[in-house]
Amino acid sequence: MSDDGTQHPLKIYYIMWIGLFVLSTFSYATDFMADGALRTFLILLFMFIKAGGIIWIFMHMGWERWALKIAILGPPAAILVLIGLMSLESNYIEGSRIENYGESTMEVVSPEHH
Amino acid sequence: MSEAVMDSGAKEALGKEGLIEDWSRDKQVFGVPWGKAMMWVFLLSDTFIFSCFLVGYMSVRMATTDPWPNPSEVFALEAFGYPVPLLLIAIMTFILITSSGTMALAVNMGYRKNRKATFWLMLATALLGASFVGMQMFEWSKLIEEGVRPWGNPFGAAQFGSSFFMITGFHGMHVSAGVIYLLVVAFRVKNGFYENRPDGYKIVEITGLYWHFVDLVWVFIFAFFYLW
Repeated sequence: MSDDGTQHPLKIYYIMWIGLFVLSTFSYATDFMADGALRTFLILLFMFIKAGGIIWIFMHMGWERWALKIAILGPPAAILVLIGLMSLESNYIEGSRIENYGESTMEVVSPEHH
Repeated sequence: MSEAVMDSGAKEALGKEGLIEDWSRDKQVFGVPWGKAMMWVFLLSDTFIFSCFLVGYMSVRMATTDPWPNPSEVFALEAFGYPVPLLLIAIMTFILITSSGTMALAVNMGYRKNRKATFWLMLATALLGASFVGMQMFEWSKLIEEGVRPWGNPFGAAQFGSSFFMITGFHGMHVSAGVIYLLVVAFRVKNGFYENRPDGYKIVEITGLYWHFVDLVWVFIFAFFYLW
């Protein structure tokens, strides 16, 4: 049945657990890097590996049958369309704001540390 | 559960063939307890809600012409005399991961019918979750004290506050609900409520699905809101 995966040894959970700690440390470390394409790439890379591990191992999706896998993991792909459309729209709004109101003249203060 | 509706003695195909078989045969599609299928469907709908929030955040951040506050400065905490960027957020991340680990072990212990271990592991998960919410409250009050509001803040674009309070607030609400859910199930496990029930300790796995999802959402919030 679909729940063959209910009795696996604890080892895989410990590996996943340690893996999440290491990957989160890497994620946090990206905050100390200079902004740029490499940093963005690493943020996304560690995010997707962590998310995949949580879904596949901790949420047992890896042991489920394809019927459930496709039904649950397929639909979120639609979000990519939303992301695409909204980024086009937002770029346009930013452009028209600059065109009509000019660049921002906001005066900002830098946050104080506690 | 689905044994009754399956062809007697027929061996189920796996992989892509299994996918076609599950949908085309005259039987229930998902060979899992209904509670588990429904939890997955709920989590799928929740995925869309959180995605809409995060895409909304992306839109306002891209569209604003005002400078976006630097999260690593806004969320810095002083430790050992130095401002450490995102210190509390990093601690919260590790707490949530730890709670995910204890939850995974609780599910495993549940299937071994080890009631005592399941109870204590779920209780530990709930306590870690509660401490996460406590730190979130600390973070909120610190930001409110510094003048961050949903309609504006001194550090830059006004949209920063609205995105922050909505996204982390909705996530914090999920964590709080999860703590209550975990406590209810944990004490029922302890009292032997699930002994001799048809689906037995599957409820621990279903609770675990919800909890891991809360951790999963945090992975995305951490990457997109705090690190980006």
